[in-house]
Amino acid sequence: MTARIGVVVFPGSNCEHDVVKALGLVAAEAAGAADWAAGPAAPPPPAVRAELVWHGERSLAGYDAVVLPGGFAHGDYLRPGAIARFSPVMEAVTAFAAEGGPVVGICNGFQVLTEAGLLPGALQKNRGLRFLCTTVGVRVCTTRTVLTGATEVGAELRLPVNHFEGNFTCDHATLERLRAEDRIVLRYTDNPNGSLDDIAGVCNEAGNVVGLMPHPERACDAMTGATDGEPLLGSLLGAALRHASLPA
Amino acid sequence: MPTGDARVIYEVLVEVRLRPGIADPQGATVERALPALGFDGVGAVRVGKAIRLSVEAADEDAARATATSVADRLLANPVIEDSAVTVVGATDAAGHNGASR
Repeated sequence: MTARIGVVVFPGSNCEHDVVKALGLVAAEAAGAADWAAGPAAPPPPAVRAELVWHGERSLAGYDAVVLPGGFAHGDYLRPGAIARFSPVMEAVTAFAAEGGPVVGICNGFQVLTEAGLLPGALQKNRGLRFLCTTVGVRVCTTRTVLTGATEVGAELRLPVNHFEGNFTCDHATLERLRAEDRIVLRYTDNPNGSLDDIAGVCNEAGNVVGLMPHPERACDAMTGATDGEPLLGSLLGAALRHASLPA
Repeated sequence: MPTGDARVIYEVLVEVRLRPGIADPQGATVERALPALGFDGVGAVRVGKAIRLSVEAADEDAARATATSVADRLLANPVIEDSAVTVVGATDAAGHNGASR
């Protein structure tokens, strides 16, 4: 069984290669560990393959998870994600999400998901009007999502952020709903951008669509000095494998 | 003489504004710069966007309705923005311009 993860590329996306690479690193490490534990007679561990999907594609048939990566889709013109949400692939992403498929939006991808209405709220300019390019602490707030299923509530992770419009906002009723429905996924431990309720990531009702401003794909390689993204992408790999094992 | 089917090209101005209560750090920053320039009694600065479109329509109401749809679907994010649509000019089939502003 091979689980395929589609990483969407919009004109202006720039993190898609990092996402593919990071998923490969996390998958290889998981496969190596599973292989070692299972012994020589065991069947090979399931494979995971991450692939780029151009925003013009209308079908996501055969994919077991979708990632909308970071970058500046359509130059962030009008508003970040405002034009990308109308890309041809987004109809397929919406249908995939509706049938429970795992969808993760990272940074610009989070912005696209809010513009598309697949996640609530909006991302505004950072408080202080500074472009943030730094490492921040976040805390896992729920494990009922495809991005945090393999983590623990309360786990603190150090992740890079790289954004000018990461200030999450929504109206009071929506915030109350997110709290009541356990849909706040990550909170900043030291809010860098003014986000409402320190929110760094949220999910949909079912927990299969997650958006977050920090970049887990930039924290999956000890060589670059950070590995706290591994449990998040590892959770996504698990969700993709579960999706791949569903009856067709 | 224009026929009943003649379409007019309307120039429409869409102003996209942050909804009341939504924080506007850009506006606040602009406002803070004003005293140093010698402006007194100028405040409540809110920065939005002005987008101009030409809309081919049978009449002004139809043009305004089309532009409002464009604004609702694309130009404004209803979570944090609203919009105001104003017809500011018209050019009819004979090439006569209405007042442009």
